[in-house]
Amino acid sequence: MSPTKTTAAVESKQVTFLEAIRQALFEEMERDPTVVMIGEDIGVYGGAFKVTAGLLERFGWERVIDTPISETAIIGAAVGMSYLGLRPVAEMQFIDFIACCFNQLTNFAAKSHYRWGAPAPIVVRGPSGGGIHGGPFHSQNPEMYFTHTPGLKVIYPATAYDAKGLMKSAIRDNNPVLFFEHKFLYRRIKEELPEGDYTVPIGKASVRREGRDLTIISYAAMLHTSLEAAETLAREGIECEVVDLRTLLPLDKETILKSVVKTNKLLIVHEDTRTGGIAGEIAAIVCEGAFDQLDGPVMRVTSLDTPVPYSPPLEEQFLPNTEKVVAAARDLAKY
Amino acid sequence: MAVDVIMPQMGESIFEGTITKWLKKPGDKVERDEPLFEISTDKVDAEIPAPAAGVLKEIKINEGQTVPIQTVVAVIDAAGSAAAAPAPAKPAAPPKQEAPAPVAAKPAAPARTPEPAAPKSAPAAAPAQTSAPVSRPSAAPPPPPSAEPENGKRIHSSPLVRRLARESNIDLTQLSGTGAGGRISKKDIQAAIASGAGRSSAGTAAPPVRPSAPPPPSTGAAAVQGAIESAVPRERIYFGQYEVQPMSVMRQKIAEHMVASKRVSPHVYSVDEADMSVVSAARAKYKGEFETRYGAKLTFMPFFMRACVEALRAFPSVNSSVDGTNMVLHREINLGIAVSLDNGLIVPVVRNAEEKNFLGLQRAVNDLAERARTKKLKPEEVQEGTFAITNPGVYGGLMGLPVISQPNVAILGVGAIQKRVVVIDDAIAIRPMVYLTLSYDHRVVDGATAHQFMGKLKSVLEEWNEPLI
Repeated sequence: MSPTKTTAAVESKQVTFLEAIRQALFEEMERDPTVVMIGEDIGVYGGAFKVTAGLLERFGWERVIDTPISETAIIGAAVGMSYLGLRPVAEMQFIDFIACCFNQLTNFAAKSHYRWGAPAPIVVRGPSGGGIHGGPFHSQNPEMYFTHTPGLKVIYPATAYDAKGLMKSAIRDNNPVLFFEHKFLYRRIKEELPEGDYTVPIGKASVRREGRDLTIISYAAMLHTSLEAAETLAREGIECEVVDLRTLLPLDKETILKSVVKTNKLLIVHEDTRTGGIAGEIAAIVCEGAFDQLDGPVMRVTSLDTPVPYSPPLEEQFLPNTEKVVAAARDLAKY
Repeated sequence: MAVDVIMPQMGESIFEGTITKWLKKPGDKVERDEPLFEISTDKVDAEIPAPAAGVLKEIKINEGQTVPIQTVVAVIDAAGSAAAAPAPAKPAAPPKQEAPAPVAAKPAAPARTPEPAAPKSAPAAAPAQTSAPVSRPSAAPPPPPSAEPENGKRIHSSPLVRRLARESNIDLTQLSGTGAGGRISKKDIQAAIASGAGRSSAGTAAPPVRPSAPPPPSTGAAAVQGAIESAVPRERIYFGQYEVQPMSVMRQKIAEHMVASKRVSPHVYSVDEADMSVVSAARAKYKGEFETRYGAKLTFMPFFMRACVEALRAFPSVNSSVDGTNMVLHREINLGIAVSLDNGLIVPVVRNAEEKNFLGLQRAVNDLAERARTKKLKPEEVQEGTFAITNPGVYGGLMGLPVISQPNVAILGVGAIQKRVVVIDDAIAIRPMVYLTLSYDHRVVDGATAHQFMGKLKSVLEEWNEPLI
């Protein structure tokens, strides 16, 4: 938490996913005085995961605001601030609590520009996802409630590079943007980031691995699971193309369809629960856009349709993993 | 074709079921997956769908009866499913073994389908022998809903495959699939397009194009059943500049036959040489008159044919076929004469050569060779040979080591007739000599027989005394 650790100088060294996000926040607050932070325990405490550590010391209490435990108030205040020319970044301490401010997000933030001509340039960010024995209220993936809401943007990066670049794009975007940070990745992935300012475009997927036998579409922590599965499958002669969605809303249909045209087989992997997850949406898009390119059914590997179990062996059964992805890909390749 | 309907296992610990209601009666038409009967078990009551489309032929277990799982409860007469193989049976596949019959009696003749194929086709197994129930393929993803074509046969493919088939004018009912559950997959349709269509064949003057991935193997349509195997990973074939030429059907069949013949018959070779002076002299003397009188060209071939007939008479085991542990000794001597064509070869057969005189043999071989080259042979003229003669010498070869034409057990290769220096009574002489090579199947022909056979050939040729005219 010391000031020296929080300087924005980007040295060429390995940076964690979490640190990359922090750098983005720091650099944007430096660059643009209207960028402010608001959330529970983000100031004095530096955030439950230390994402906002050092910001209060650097930018002061008028720009780093600790709030009571009220998500509705946080988002309501953020939208109000944005009407007055500020660009707030609101934190949900665990993204699971975003359910508390559902109304503020979907009926105010999302429709503000449409209904009143009043843009609401807010970013709502928070740690999401499971695999850390957090139980049902600290492990969810609620992205689809908001992907279903026109007027919002939904981002869910998988790499440190993207996390930093997309956070900057989110802050600079004039729409309300939800930014999901998979907590499993926070300290587990490290990358070397380039010097200087850079952004990653919202709404563009990325082909992480080229292949010709089948396409795996994924995002967030499951991207890494999918890449691991692709390695195993390559040894069996099945070459997978792995696509990282990065943004869920707007969805990069072009990249999705291009890959399906190339391989003719599609497997979607997401940690979100099965029913209503984005796999169904992508399957429909592929049927609409590339039906006679399909040489097999669209398949998906997802979490089970249950709350996230607290018991570790049950959580393991609940979540997708490399073995499940490999098995599904083998079936699809054989079809 | 009869399809068994069985009592299914509804749960891991369930071992019997009770039929509570039949939803169809014998004589009713059923669709595949249409509810056929209802059962009751310890755990669950269920509606059981029909495993095949057709007509319900017979109900074996009535309502109220309890039977163990897997019991056949009914039989469906399935319609139009599991089409019989449309093509000649693989030459190498041994037909179903009949009980070994005594050599003298004729064994039960299996049904045969005459095929206009270059290699001899093995007799097809009698159709009535097997009636295996149709087994539901277990594909992990359920088969996609596929369009029912006009003839009612369900074809499992995929939207991509159907589109490619439409674009290339390929009839999917003619293809067999290698995908899960026999589905026609992308690979299969691409292979069919590469070989079958031929419209965009690469055998044109266009500059060779390197495809980004090795082209799919040209296994052709369902007509050619054996896969032509590669000894190295296919990628190793494609390097540098090249042009891909799909094989013609004849070439594919030749390729298959050669592989099968080498695989099935252990080939051993005997080489001998014959002094053709007497034959040459006879031919030279009578050539003019022969051709004038009979209107037939006089070649060397009938001399060799006659020698073979005599040798085969003396050594009948060389005029046989092998069927499992039986040797089938043929009474007729039907000589196959290999004829080289533009892009392949064919072996028309002179039937009953043992009944023909010299003129008969010459006429037969001339006629068959002519019609072979003009593609006017009838299917029965390339079948039922018992021994074959090939002539690598006609292209100048000293000798050749031919592949046995199945299901024969031997083939004679005749080299070029060349004047050579030989030793006779310790003096040097110049004689027209010919190398004769016998390739034989060591399962039934041993070296001793082979060499004696060759000896007989040699003596017939060297002591030729049959009048030509």
